[in-house]
Amino acid sequence: MNEAAVPVGPLNDALLALRLFLMAPVRLGGLSLRGGGPARDLVLEKLREDGAELRRIPMHVDDERLLGGVDFAASIASGHKVRQRGLLEEAAGCVFVVPLAERLPEAIAGRIAQELDAASMAGGFGLVLLDDGIEPDDRPPSCLLERIAFDCDLSRVASLDVDDAGKSIAIEPDAVALLDDRQLASIAATASALGIPSVRPMLFAAETARLHAALNGREQPDENDLQIAARLVLAPRARQLPASEPEPAEAQNESPAERTDDGSETSEGKLEDIVLEAAAAAIPPDLLAQLSSGKANRNAAGSGSGKRRKSALRGKPIGVRPGVPRGGARLTLIDTMRAAIPWQALRRRQRGEDRRLIVQKEDLRIRRFEERAARLTIFCVDASGSAAAARLAEAKGAVELMLAQAYATRSEVALVAFRGTAADLILPPTRSLTRARRALAELPGGGGTPLAMGLQAAREVALSAEARGRTPHLVVLTDGRGNIAADGSASRSRSGQDVEQAARAIAAHGVEALVVDISARPGPDGPRLAELMQARFLALPMADARKLHAAVRAATPSRAA
Amino acid sequence: MTLPSVLRNTRLAKPLPMPHCCARKPKHMARFPFSAIVAQDEMKQALLVSAVDPAIGGVMVFGDRGTGKSTAARALASLLPPILAIQNCPYGCSAEDKERFPDVCGTGPIRKRPVPFVDLPLGATEDRVIGSLDLETALRSGEKAFEPGLLAKAHRGFLYIDEINLLEDYLVDLLLDVAASGENVVEREGLSVRHPAKFVLIGSGNPEEGELRPQLLDRFGLSVEVRTPTEIDDRVEIMRRCAAQERDPESFAEEWAAEDEKILRKVARGKKKLATMQVPDEILADCAELCIAVGADGLRGELTLMRGAKALAALNGAKAVRREHVIAIAPSALRHRLRRDVLDETGSTARIERALGDLFG
Repeated sequence: MNEAAVPVGPLNDALLALRLFLMAPVRLGGLSLRGGGPARDLVLEKLREDGAELRRIPMHVDDERLLGGVDFAASIASGHKVRQRGLLEEAAGCVFVVPLAERLPEAIAGRIAQELDAASMAGGFGLVLLDDGIEPDDRPPSCLLERIAFDCDLSRVASLDVDDAGKSIAIEPDAVALLDDRQLASIAATASALGIPSVRPMLFAAETARLHAALNGREQPDENDLQIAARLVLAPRARQLPASEPEPAEAQNESPAERTDDGSETSEGKLEDIVLEAAAAAIPPDLLAQLSSGKANRNAAGSGSGKRRKSALRGKPIGVRPGVPRGGARLTLIDTMRAAIPWQALRRRQRGEDRRLIVQKEDLRIRRFEERAARLTIFCVDASGSAAAARLAEAKGAVELMLAQAYATRSEVALVAFRGTAADLILPPTRSLTRARRALAELPGGGGTPLAMGLQAAREVALSAEARGRTPHLVVLTDGRGNIAADGSASRSRSGQDVEQAARAIAAHGVEALVVDISARPGPDGPRLAELMQARFLALPMADARKLHAAVRAATPSRAA
Repeated sequence: MTLPSVLRNTRLAKPLPMPHCCARKPKHMARFPFSAIVAQDEMKQALLVSAVDPAIGGVMVFGDRGTGKSTAARALASLLPPILAIQNCPYGCSAEDKERFPDVCGTGPIRKRPVPFVDLPLGATEDRVIGSLDLETALRSGEKAFEPGLLAKAHRGFLYIDEINLLEDYLVDLLLDVAASGENVVEREGLSVRHPAKFVLIGSGNPEEGELRPQLLDRFGLSVEVRTPTEIDDRVEIMRRCAAQERDPESFAEEWAAEDEKILRKVARGKKKLATMQVPDEILADCAELCIAVGADGLRGELTLMRGAKALAALNGAKAVRREHVIAIAPSALRHRLRRDVLDETGSTARIERALGDLFG
């Protein structure tokens, strides 16, 4: 078998991952296929060809259907409790396909994750997540990604040429020897060099290496198997780039003692390097770009928290409507009975039954709730040279103070900074102080003032937040003197026009805004900007972080009741 | 329209099968043995201490995914000796519980049952957690009956909530209130039920994905920070043990049974010893001094510190509480209670360790 000839590419990797996954769906948990299109269809076709039993879990599945529970309609018709079996229960040994996995509600994902944990010990199922997200943060729930072995990105597959030598499984996977210590160590070292804290990927990688050995008829997993495992399992989860020196960073910084007896371990060192190299070479290009710019130094899917909120479950009750209590919606008993009582005499006669109360499906009433949208405060901070460095520190402090309270006010904070010739979303909407602090610490200052770009970027954040059901509130900290135009050219007049346009766009969209003038001598620019944005204006020439925070809070209108 | 008269007589449902979401997991499922967990000593210590003295008030585990949080919590539950409970009681009441809550308990002989371990799913609804009106009975006969929820199931055991920071706030409030009071009071949908619900709350979460309100943190007795071991040897050992467990759970469990048995005896001895454990005055003074030095808010810190040290001493089989016990438990007991200045980046653990060094160095 000439393995060197196996073409490397996302599509081939995905097909290989699929083949390995189908050999042991339960042990590997599943795979995620990102990006729609013909490449994914091809992989799915292979999946169907394989003959494994496939079931779909639609997004709107409710708890009862997923895990089993009371069948309401049947229960009412028969007058006693009728249980239905859940999808997961019904289909042990099945492969579940989850379409639009990036939009799967956290609640359902949490249930599936729990079942995956339980299933890895008894019976079980495998998952295929179809991820149609486009934005980097638009990922399937992290609790699921964590529990599946493969995460394949097919979104930039250009050619559909595949090496379709449908290998049959050469030997039984269980016949393959367990990895020896040297091999396990190479996986562990690679994982820590890539900054992967979780243990699960390491276990998946070890399993993958064995399965790949089985696929190729080897009873003893070798270097090649480990490389494949690192490429398929570890690389997509990288959180940091391995140190440029061949030795993993961890071994240098934290445990120098470990490598003292180097004489006997030269071969181990080599194996580690080979595996690490294979993983590093396979880190997806966009992740690589993020990692090298230091922006994505965090859990890839960590931002999924708290974004989606249920609405039929919680909030201010606003009356009842007919409906079946499912998916967490609550039955209101009194209203249900009120609806059923007028018909009792008729129903008894019709059915010839003598039950005390005959309730039919159409009598059921469920409660509706109104939920208040969470607030997102977007700080748009001028980090240019004209806004002195000290003011930047104050702005950072104010953001941290806002965040410290974010939990109590159920709000999120985002931060857009503009300097030089660009505006960046430094901190995507979050409630996490830990994350915010890290993002803020890395925020540099100095350079020109691309105010127009900053406003545009802030507006985009506001719009996307609104689309997710948030109420955005924009706080712009600037001196109002933009000197870089929207296209990056250093023209004060063009810049002025662009700022005006961007400000008007914000006003047109009706985003609540506050302009804080942080220049030492407030001029006419700040108020003018506020007017264009139809925003409130605040001049704070002498504020510290706490004062700024208090001012922003005071100027923020109380949440709509 | 008034309430239909058929609704007026409340009665409790017959003992029902447990709500399906927690009954689904087979009881005999082989769990990873507690003693086979590599490293993570602080977490193991905190869990064992809370098993010795459930009154400490639960454990909060901070850490990344895949660091063995749930594995440890689950392992602990299956490690503990079975409890004696009334056979048909939906709440698993002991004979004493029955005296306090005579209305709700079932009847029947006392039987052994395993310590309950309830894994609260992220999307759990209020109904499922606190219990709800039994719709079957209500719709069929118009009688109000109570269908116990997950809180009932967790009585005398553990309630584990993964990613507690993502759980909806009102549910967290509710859970902490019940955990603190030891009983679940349901007053809604025309129900009025009070049943025992004493459990050790174990929460876990990653602070990167959302903060937990300080008020809620304060309610947890102990908190620990877990990290994956960075030593390659430890990591290799983890992989080796997991592979062995997956291969043959039964023989793996057997291999560790002796170790687990040791821990079990240690906990049982500790529980017995706890009642008579003395806390010398100078230890109380140590606790108070330490709390003042680190600036822990409220009295809860001191109380937990003292209780934790006492339980740890009992667990270790000491005659009396000594300073070393206070020092060993202090980071877990106080870490989450420090007043947080958002502009100060020093970690809580570092502040406690500094204070420990200054005071007792």
